[in-house]
Amino acid sequence: MSEAKRVCAPVSESDLCGLVAGDRVLLSGVIYTARDAAHARLVELIRQGKKLPFELDGQVLYYAGPTPAPPGRVIGSVGPTTASRMDPYTPEILKAGIKGMIGKGERSPEVVDAIAKYRAVYFAATGGAGALLAKRVLSCQIVAFEDLGCEAIHKLEVADFPLIVINDCFGNDFYRQIRSKYEMDLP
Amino acid sequence: MRKISASQLVTRIRDACIQACTVLPADVLTALENALAKEESPTGRDVLQQLIENARIAREEGIPICQDTGLTVVFVEMGEDVRVFGGNLLDAVNEGVRLGYSEGYLRKSVVSHPLARTNTGDNTPAVVHCFLVPGDKITVTVLPKGAGSENMSCLKMLTPSDGADGVARFVVDAVIKAGSNPCPPIIVGVGLGGTMEMAAMLAKKALLREVGKPSANPTDAALERRLLEAVNATGIGPAGLGGRVTALAVHVESFACHIASLPVAVTLQCHAARHASFTL
Repeated sequence: MSEAKRVCAPVSESDLCGLVAGDRVLLSGVIYTARDAAHARLVELIRQGKKLPFELDGQVLYYAGPTPAPPGRVIGSVGPTTASRMDPYTPEILKAGIKGMIGKGERSPEVVDAIAKYRAVYFAATGGAGALLAKRVLSCQIVAFEDLGCEAIHKLEVADFPLIVINDCFGNDFYRQIRSKYEMDLP
Repeated sequence: MRKISASQLVTRIRDACIQACTVLPADVLTALENALAKEESPTGRDVLQQLIENARIAREEGIPICQDTGLTVVFVEMGEDVRVFGGNLLDAVNEGVRLGYSEGYLRKSVVSHPLARTNTGDNTPAVVHCFLVPGDKITVTVLPKGAGSENMSCLKMLTPSDGADGVARFVVDAVIKAGSNPCPPIIVGVGLGGTMEMAAMLAKKALLREVGKPSANPTDAALERRLLEAVNATGIGPAGLGGRVTALAVHVESFACHIASLPVAVTLQCHAARHASFTL
């Protein structure tokens, strides 16, 4: 495997253009958690032209809902959730300025196109590795929709968060590329 | 008639919820280590190493293996010669879940109605399956079921002419459609026969078997071998990032069925195959 690329969040246009499907990435900086319910609310605010809970430009969304932090810890377990549930909202979210998304699983063709159109990137984190990923979170603060419980938007400061580029701004899809390499015919 | 206090059940269910969510069972960990020995894909190996390390961190630090600590499925085998006193069984199960999820800092992932969608705040109600069995013991198994894998489950009423080939096509198709979503390497639970609801229940029960232990029924065991080979030929691999190990095991449970029917249910279990049991 090639060496991981270091990327800062929020992400810059030049960093984005250097990322290709299959690249391993260590992400550091600030990211925001948002899952189903938070996406529904964000898109509603965007459609109504209302003030958003944080500036979306260049930001990275993490599709995740952490477990509560036990005493003395920054956060509980925090791995990615299935990204495709956010597909219906994603083109509007990208149009509004979001540049990166972290989740797991394949995206719809519409989202893959939108990622290329708005020059963004979709990363996968390892699903089910929430205890390991929590080690890379330095701070956690709820910034919106606290009533949603685990689905509230949490602002996370992360260091060397391990990711892999699935969909890049050139329209590539790593899941589709790599699967064919290991697919076998059965007799 | 033997008696067991509801409060004793509550405490044990609370503990089982916490244990299931933080300690990956030994058979699952062994299966992941065996998968690492087999996996050829560098990214697949990297993912498997992360998962083994993740299980160690969760166990040593007492935090959940996965942030999706699930909808709590509870199987109760209730002896015909034992009864619960000082409360009823269903309330005791839900109180145990409530305590486990709050005291164990587990995620509350349950909404009260599928359309109204208000979080209940304590991960109740649990999905409880109760079976009457001979004897004077109560055996409880807690299976926190994450939605990433559960959402990929499916069921089809095949007909007898579809046979084993039809079953294999349906199961492999389910795994391919699911792709990376259910957090592979997965355990595939297959319920074969009975009626619609029976097939679904058999598939779920199949997940409780020790990982990779073949069915005692030779027909089902042969189907398990065939399905595992086919599923691992998809190339999906660990985390869907390509590789030889898409599934750690396929478990088939079967039951008699109608002369006109061949029901098949598939439930996918992520690699965080969590469950904890106790007997009182």
